[in-house]
Amino acid sequence: MFDWKWEFAWEILPRLVSATGNTLLAAGAGYGIALVLGLALAVAQRTQYRVLTFAVREIVEFVRSTPLLLQIFFVFYVGPQFGIRLSPWTSGMIAIGVHYACYLSEVYRGGIDSVPKGQWEAATALNMTTVQKYRRVIIPQAIPPALSGMGNYLVGIFKDTPMLSVIGVAELIHTANAIGSEHYRFLEPFTMVGIIFLAISLPAAGLIRLFEGRVRLKLGLK
Amino acid sequence: MNIFEFAVQYWPRLAAGTGMTVAQFFLAAILGVAIALVMGLMKLSSSKLLRGTAVTYIEIFRGTSLLVQLYWIFFVLPLFGFSIDKFTAGYVAVGMNIGGYGAELVRGGILSVPKGQWEAALAINMSPAQRMRRIILPQALVNMLPPWGNLMIELLKGTALVSLISVADLMFETKQINGSTFLSAQAFGAALIIYYILARFMVTPFMRWLEAFMARKMGRA
Amino acid sequence: MQDMSGFPLELTGENKPMVSFRKVRKSYGSLTVLDDLDLDVSAGEMVSIIGPSGSGKTTVLRMLMTLEEINGGVIYVDGKPLTHMEKNGVLVPANERYLHSRRSDIGMCFQHFNLFPHMTALENCMEGPVQVLGLSKAEARDRSEELLEMVGMIAKKDQHPSRLSGGQQQRVAIARALAMRPKVMLFDEVTSALDPEVIGEVTNVIRQLVSEHNLTMLMVTHQMGFALDISDRVCFFYGGKIEEQGRPADLFGNPQRERTQQFLSAVKEAV
Repeated sequence: MFDWKWEFAWEILPRLVSATGNTLLAAGAGYGIALVLGLALAVAQRTQYRVLTFAVREIVEFVRSTPLLLQIFFVFYVGPQFGIRLSPWTSGMIAIGVHYACYLSEVYRGGIDSVPKGQWEAATALNMTTVQKYRRVIIPQAIPPALSGMGNYLVGIFKDTPMLSVIGVAELIHTANAIGSEHYRFLEPFTMVGIIFLAISLPAAGLIRLFEGRVRLKLGLK
Repeated sequence: MNIFEFAVQYWPRLAAGTGMTVAQFFLAAILGVAIALVMGLMKLSSSKLLRGTAVTYIEIFRGTSLLVQLYWIFFVLPLFGFSIDKFTAGYVAVGMNIGGYGAELVRGGILSVPKGQWEAALAINMSPAQRMRRIILPQALVNMLPPWGNLMIELLKGTALVSLISVADLMFETKQINGSTFLSAQAFGAALIIYYILARFMVTPFMRWLEAFMARKMGRA
Repeated sequence: MQDMSGFPLELTGENKPMVSFRKVRKSYGSLTVLDDLDLDVSAGEMVSIIGPSGSGKTTVLRMLMTLEEINGGVIYVDGKPLTHMEKNGVLVPANERYLHSRRSDIGMCFQHFNLFPHMTALENCMEGPVQVLGLSKAEARDRSEELLEMVGMIAKKDQHPSRLSGGQQQRVAIARALAMRPKVMLFDEVTSALDPEVIGEVTNVIRQLVSEHNLTMLMVTHQMGFALDISDRVCFFYGGKIEEQGRPADLFGNPQRERTQQFLSAVKEAV
């Protein structure tokens, strides 16, 4: 490729590598929030409280229908208007965590719905409480069919972390942008960011499939 | 200032931004559907070259971020002599990205058509192109429409990123208003509601209608 | 609101029944499944329920397991109300907390076994005792292994259900229910989903239970021969009511009601 300067690429590599760390951290933390909150949103929609079920359903729809970028801005800028100051990291994690929690809640719901009714009945016959039913019987069976969806969203959240750059989280794109404006060279930093994303997300997709198979095996679900 | 007063005062800019968002959405959708069809068919081709090209395209556009692709097209492509204005760069990036995801839907849709349909088309001596165009694609289209509905919502949300290369869409106008007035809750709140209305009451109903329309046309409803 | 004045807060007396249905009604919308059902089952008694499909026989067991809510009447287990609880001296519909305090008296085996697929046979049996009864793992393991031994499944205790045949799964399910030490055991068409050649291994386990343990049992079955063999009493359900009941030899040998005769001769023809 013409005009590609290896020397420059080599020089900026360390900065991009450390930014990759931030990107992975953001993706991991956001995913952690989404995993837990998503489960709560899924279970909330299965309670007998109509109002709660309806409200959660609408909130999930709303969050899923609006851009994450806008939600990031919303969380970051609206707080200060009411005297709550959130750091870029905190607001970023809240926005991306909630956004993906809504997606994951749908995945969990699908998983929970796939557990046969007889399993709930057998758990009732053993006199389990609702919490015990979910924890011991339903969720262990709901997770395996949900795994591929959960894996897709793990890769998805990773690919969405560049949006955090707009509020100043120093992840990959933010760093590439900074390098670009310092040196007036965008070719190398943006191309390298693209390659880093590919180098992580492609193997990750494969690893997730491998992991999925092992979990199924371990739970005795063939 | 409550959100209604805000909407009254700033509606011209919000409307202009929404118009730009809708324009970006349509152009990106047309490009995305076209790319999805071409790449989806190429991935099923018997030619190694075509298949390889499609796989590479799909993996690159699904494996990296839309934002990275957008910046690359806008900042890096001009270095190779392709100068693109921001408006074009915006919908091209979003369309190419959605095309990568759509290609997999096209491929899945075509594979979901029963083998007997291929054989029946062959039995009346149709050419491969005829088989695909007259027999397989129409059936595949009906099968893949439901996931396309979700993808169209993703596309709409994806257009918000063009604001980051200064295309004056709804996201961009909202940020500008926020920057000059600091009415963050009102500005971002209004934009959230507009996006929600576009998604829930325009894109989704249209896709549902299209599903029903196609199903009727295919004699399935 | 139903008038609960006719229902005692508690059943007392020397010969109080282990299970008592009093004027129990169940309907789905306009469809009445059970119509003012009265049925007493004594401690240690084995009652078989037979009848055509849709006669409400499975519903009887499901209500007793609290899987279905009832629309009228009261069910008592071991003298105390199950479907209702006392509040200020009157019976009101039981809440989940009350049900939880009473449900351990009852165990149930299902037509489709409903073993937990992510647990081994032994883990299935230990689950209730450990999680619900609060037994130590060691205690629960001893109890479960003893029961798996009894149902002839000890050799397969570390297998997951997907590796077991239907008959084997059903035997594990019986052990799982017994591990909770219920006072009343319910068998809901436990052989209906089994291949003919393995039905015997399940019925033999139930036979053994009847002869060696003093459990109160209710069984819904399509196997008339088996019901004849082991029951103390057989109830023939028709249209949401008990059409006829009696000692098995009487009911099968000399049915009084026309519908019973029709049903029994239809069943005989099918065999």
